[in-house]
Amino acid sequence: MIDASLKQLSQALAAKRISSVELTQLFLDRIARLNPTLNAFVTVDPEKSLNSARAADARIASASGVKPAGQLTGIPIAQKDIFCAEGWRTTCGSKMLANFVSPYDATVIRKMESDAGLVSLGKTNMDEFAMGSSNETSYFGPVKNPWDPSRVPGGSSGGSAAAVAARLAPAATGTDTGGSIRQPAALCNLTGLKPTYGVVSRYGMIAFASSLDQGGPMAASAEDCALLLNVMAGFDERDSTSLDRPLEDYARDLEKPLAGLRIGLPREFFGEGCDAGVMAAVQAAIKEYEKLGATTIEVSLPNSHLSVPAYYVIAPAEASSNLSRFDGVRYGFRAEDYANLDDMYMKSRAQGFGAEVKRRILIGTYVLSHGYYDAYYLQAQRIRRLIADDFVAAFRQCDVIMGPTSPSTAFKLGEKAADPVQMYLSDIYTIAVNLAGLPGMSVPCGFAGGLPVGLQLIGNYFAEAQLLNVAHRFQLATDWHRRLPDGIE
Amino acid sequence: MSLTLEQVQRIAHLARIEISESEARTTQSHLNGIFQLIEQMQAVDTRGVEPMAHAQDVAQRLRDDAVTEADRRAAFQAVAPETEAGLYLVPKVIE
Repeated sequence: MIDASLKQLSQALAAKRISSVELTQLFLDRIARLNPTLNAFVTVDPEKSLNSARAADARIASASGVKPAGQLTGIPIAQKDIFCAEGWRTTCGSKMLANFVSPYDATVIRKMESDAGLVSLGKTNMDEFAMGSSNETSYFGPVKNPWDPSRVPGGSSGGSAAAVAARLAPAATGTDTGGSIRQPAALCNLTGLKPTYGVVSRYGMIAFASSLDQGGPMAASAEDCALLLNVMAGFDERDSTSLDRPLEDYARDLEKPLAGLRIGLPREFFGEGCDAGVMAAVQAAIKEYEKLGATTIEVSLPNSHLSVPAYYVIAPAEASSNLSRFDGVRYGFRAEDYANLDDMYMKSRAQGFGAEVKRRILIGTYVLSHGYYDAYYLQAQRIRRLIADDFVAAFRQCDVIMGPTSPSTAFKLGEKAADPVQMYLSDIYTIAVNLAGLPGMSVPCGFAGGLPVGLQLIGNYFAEAQLLNVAHRFQLATDWHRRLPDGIE
Repeated sequence: MSLTLEQVQRIAHLARIEISESEARTTQSHLNGIFQLIEQMQAVDTRGVEPMAHAQDVAQRLRDDAVTEADRRAAFQAVAPETEAGLYLVPKVIE
């Protein structure tokens, strides 16, 4: 059962070969057994999960031709702890929210639980306020990579990635501001999708950088991701940047043959700076695509080397504004001793935020301050335009862009923790996609030194169904995505 | 460019984050490393390039000025550090 696809689980539930309560209990037992080592979940509440599972079983039992149960009703899922879920502690990986029990549901949670009948297994660990690429900035301690517990799972959705990789959950939600779905998916051998900006509602998803943040699925396969995106996506009037578009079936093109597909290979993604083992696996995957009938063409993203610098102005600027809400007044941590109101703000924020979050707030405050705004913030926004325009030009020549997701496989815990710049460069291939607002995926494509390698697929705006098709056909021809870490069975 | 210790302390004050002198020194060295990375932007000629604030070129939606939410003050104040009679309590601001 822990190896079954969401479609197989759905069929087993519909045929009553297993109940949602049994399935939920199976994963809760795995969490109880393996989470003490992995630290993938920060909150589990078995009674709450089992209550949802009972409700799902009732929905399946009373389903009829007129009123069928949803395809994913009764299937358990892990929720990144960035999504507010009513009655659940929602921490965002921070001491600031360590005791915050959300009084409302994020739209993604409501759509998954109330509308689709998925069962939340718990809240997964993450870098504090999603700021990190290794899950080491979490107030609740680092997450271990199930492929090698001395290594990081990536971040910021590291708990979600480790949970699915160790099959503590069949699938999970993640969010991606600069690579936080794709990079951990690559490091943990998962399939992850960051949709086009505006496709998945941000309501109730704790904000980091609002013009870049986007939620998406992390799972074992492209097919699973397609079914999850069907549930997660859709217009939401509570999110002012949600796009009002007709609903899509993201699984509709999964089986389409790839003959004639034009793959763009940006020369900037195939130069120096990427580990040889990662590059070899990516090159082999591209050869596989050629066997499936695709052709390749070299393209150029000449400004992509500026994506990390521009991102580290734009994302901190937006974060410094978003995180000003944490002042110890309406919710979250308040310091014990303070002399006056200003002192209460200063001490609550000094004690409630960790080092990386403070660094980013300070960068953001500086680049938005008087005298520096034009040189940093406006310049970064102009470079953002150049980066987005590069993609527009590239997509005139190709249907999908491919390259590595991450320049290395999972690195050792502590290896980059002392040097913020080294850590930031782990997202060198993923950040441009967020700046442009495009959809991107990471797909397992092999191993280097026994550790998983991810192939990044970048699509044009709203090309999620095509990306999922391109990923699915690869997964029909290869079995990298089916490999499990040693000891996970 | 390079941030001075006084600049770091001033930014921390603007951001309302208390910072000790030793923390400010560590932060200064980290921030200067990060700004070295950021400075790569300054070599690019962006004259005439329209700044891009957002991924989608859409206008902000408007809605009717009508009450759509239920009153959930009690639920929202249940998570506040300190409240009284429906109000959020903070240290005295006006003597």
